[in-house]
Amino acid sequence: MNFIENISSFQNIIYIASSILFITGIKMLGKEDTAVKGNFLSAFAMFIAVSITLINVINPLLILIGIGIGAIIGSLIALKVKMTSIPEMVALFNGFGGLATFFIAWSEFNSLPANTFQYVLIMITTFIGGVTFSGSVVAYGKLSERLKVDKSSIITKIFTTIFYISLIYLIYSIVIAKIFTPSFDFYSILLILTLLGGIGFVIPIGGGDMPVVISLLNSFSGIAAAFAGLLLLNNVLIVAGSLVGASGLILTIIMAKAMNRSIGNILFVGYASSSSGPKSEETGEVKPINVSDAYLILENASSVLVIPGYGMAVAQAQHVVRELGELLETNGTEVKYGIHPVAGRMPGHMNVLLAEANVPYDVLVEPDDVNPSMDSVDVAVVIGANDVVNPSATEEPGSPIYGMPIIEAHNARTVFVLKRSMSSGFAGVQNPLFFKENTRMLFGDAKESIGGLVAEFKE
Amino acid sequence: MEEYVLLGFVLILSIYLGLELISKVPSTLHTPLMSGANAISGIALVGALMLGSDSQLQEILAFLAVTFASINVFGGYLVTNRMLKMFKKK
Repeated sequence: MNFIENISSFQNIIYIASSILFITGIKMLGKEDTAVKGNFLSAFAMFIAVSITLINVINPLLILIGIGIGAIIGSLIALKVKMTSIPEMVALFNGFGGLATFFIAWSEFNSLPANTFQYVLIMITTFIGGVTFSGSVVAYGKLSERLKVDKSSIITKIFTTIFYISLIYLIYSIVIAKIFTPSFDFYSILLILTLLGGIGFVIPIGGGDMPVVISLLNSFSGIAAAFAGLLLLNNVLIVAGSLVGASGLILTIIMAKAMNRSIGNILFVGYASSSSGPKSEETGEVKPINVSDAYLILENASSVLVIPGYGMAVAQAQHVVRELGELLETNGTEVKYGIHPVAGRMPGHMNVLLAEANVPYDVLVEPDDVNPSMDSVDVAVVIGANDVVNPSATEEPGSPIYGMPIIEAHNARTVFVLKRSMSSGFAGVQNPLFFKENTRMLFGDAKESIGGLVAEFKE
Repeated sequence: MEEYVLLGFVLILSIYLGLELISKVPSTLHTPLMSGANAISGIALVGALMLGSDSQLQEILAFLAVTFASINVFGGYLVTNRMLKMFKKK
């Protein structure tokens, strides 16, 4: 029993070539200059792997119809979707990949597996694929704000419990597979529990933690594909799936580090139950500012740092922000954008929005690059960001977000905070930045406020 | 069992390779990388093409797996490409 006998050697050689192209492609995807080419290379790798597999397909007509439908739906969504909806689109595509592996495992169960190990692989693949699918659909619902469920509601609790039950059932079915051959009834319970459990996996996780969940689900879809590869004895599935699993895992770790929390804490605890130490007494008062006064200060500034957050995405303010940036530059001001890794709802969310508004990526800076020289920044303009600029993270050991790396906007000479109201951020922590001596609050919709500043500059 | 050991070896090496390749990615590219990796996970399409069709249920499952994996592949690559095209240097 050599695995090469299962599929012809020729196919295997093509799979190896495809694997190499995938590896090169994903490597190139990690650098700005080569990213577009890297994506093409990986698409080409996919093309040859699929083409060579099509040769010995049993029912070509049905398969080609399936590919055709998938191609039309996928392309339409990809080309029509607005750039601001990218987070939920990625979540949805990811879910479909998971659903495909879920069906693969199901079909393999019906082809009567030869040994215990295959049964175990089927159970695991079903579980990961199913959780990826329903979890991603919930993430899609949350990101597109179609689904609003309170963390402490009874629905959340029921689904969370089902998730744990499904996990226990998975372990049970792996153990039991050694003793007797699982019946279809036994397996169908796993199918249902898995799909419901996936809902419970994502439903308690709040908006600001979404970047972590999205990356993790991305990783899962890869791992599911890799397990399907073990099941079908196919090496290209294993290689490509593992690459995705690893890249998703790394992004998950980067996101968790940027919040100074463990992955377990984000998934299973959330901010609500983190110990609330001594609450900081709010000292000083909030100093509001209006658009024309803000304009006067900006006009005389020689360096400005824009710090966007989820609020900029909500207000769709990226285009006016770019316009303001350009006007400031013509006025002789140096403009940079400070981007926190977890600002927004997915990894790199702010980068995509600003790129859409034609902001070149080389004026975007990361917290580590901008913090040391923050005292030379004349005005830091915080647009709809909150937790990522909260000085409690560095000053208050009792705060739930203590230790989280932030953009130290409070060290700039003047700070403008554009905000709709005084509500706290996702973490539910009050932000002392708003009460600092050098902070001015510009209340109102970010798009309107920035638009007002743009109008002042044009006059 | 031997083939599983061999393929398990491929699995471990690929994960290790993936971790090494992607450990340093500029945050600008986090979204495209995620979206591009997501498209690659559409490799499940190859798995879907290998499925048997002994019963009607299996035919349906194979058809659904192929369709959804194809949405993932086409949608994933096109969205990634669209996104990457927006990133410009000054």
